[in-house]
Amino acid sequence: MQAALPATDPFVPEIYRVKSVERELADVTTIEVEPLSGMRPAFLSGQFNMLYAFGIGEAAISISADLSSSKSFLHTIRNVGAVSSALTDLEVGATLGLRGPFGTGWPVTEAEGSDVLIVAGGLGLAPLRAAIHVILGRRERYGRVTILIGCRSPLDILYRNEIEQWRQRLDVAIEVTVDHADADWSGNVGVIPSLIPRTAFDANDCHAFVCGPEVMMRFTASALTEAGIGTDNIYVSMERNMKCAIGLCGRCQFGPSFVCKDGPVMQLDKIASSLFLREI
Amino acid sequence: MDTMDQILAEHSFFDGFEPEMIQLIAGCASNCRFKAGEYLCREGDAADTFYLIRHGKVALEVAAPGRASVIVATLGEGEIVGSSWFVPPYRWLFDARAVELIRATRVNAKCLRDKCEADHHLGYEMVKSFLPILAKRLHATRLQTLDVYGSD
Repeated sequence: MQAALPATDPFVPEIYRVKSVERELADVTTIEVEPLSGMRPAFLSGQFNMLYAFGIGEAAISISADLSSSKSFLHTIRNVGAVSSALTDLEVGATLGLRGPFGTGWPVTEAEGSDVLIVAGGLGLAPLRAAIHVILGRRERYGRVTILIGCRSPLDILYRNEIEQWRQRLDVAIEVTVDHADADWSGNVGVIPSLIPRTAFDANDCHAFVCGPEVMMRFTASALTEAGIGTDNIYVSMERNMKCAIGLCGRCQFGPSFVCKDGPVMQLDKIASSLFLREI
Repeated sequence: MDTMDQILAEHSFFDGFEPEMIQLIAGCASNCRFKAGEYLCREGDAADTFYLIRHGKVALEVAAPGRASVIVATLGEGEIVGSSWFVPPYRWLFDARAVELIRATRVNAKCLRDKCEADHHLGYEMVKSFLPILAKRLHATRLQTLDVYGSD
């Protein structure tokens, strides 16, 4: 789903204040930010903001929760470099710059009436969480809803408390799989694509939303198409180094598309030829 | 109550098998149950069986000295536990532990190996069914070793 660009100059950051900070994992932090004045703009699940750590730089960070009644944005950030380190070090009350939201969202409205399969790998659950909130918030509009989550080990499960809350619902199926675990882990061990054949869905009427490392998305996409889901019903969230965020600079070019403008959520049939092309 | 032929015929592993073949295999098969925590097999033991899981999850584990066993894969409903019965020296390479109540069909592999030797057509069908499973598991294991979540 395509969204309109922000009403304000998309190159000028608004000043936001950190409202709360939550350490999710050893290297992953969620910050809640709200504008110094006024309301935050509306957004679609799956979109991203450009967060600016003053004096250090800007990074594209997906919006990681649907807080439709709130004036805040939630961003879950892994500390992997100078900018993300500065952002995860922010304390409550600190300020940062924010441009956005940008890009395309998950097609949660188009998926109404059909089964929904959500496949998240590692930090890929963050961009999908807002879509999960939307879908569970109007659960009666969908068929079977299944969430498959993969990560490195049981210690690396993101949003563990919230996943346990989702599990308590009787109208959503959740499977978590990890790459490595000790014998005290009673969940699955193995890669996400191996869960697909064990999952119940109507392949002729199912929308799949996939987000995670690109290798994981590629093999998950193969498993989904092998299971019979059409490539026009499979959506992936691409990640590329983004700079301008409005399709001008070309930094995030992905074949004929710009991830910032035509993505990050992209229909597999539109990008399959690029996704499986190693030079891109 | 379903006969063993029917139970086997309903399992995806036997898709495409002729009824006569399924009858032959059924002569080597029986139903079994394992409570959570029980072991279907232990590393190093003679691999004279394999299991078709009909319900529940099985963890394939490797024991490590001085620490808890490491799970290398979890298998579920519709999947097969055990391929060592097919490859000399016919010894289990992992422990297989029931994570939850398991209902399965146990196939006496010695019995089946003898039938495959006597009927190479049956043997070839077994190879054609097992090989894709082994290839998929090998591929999945390779992906697992990539540690894709380490740098996402």
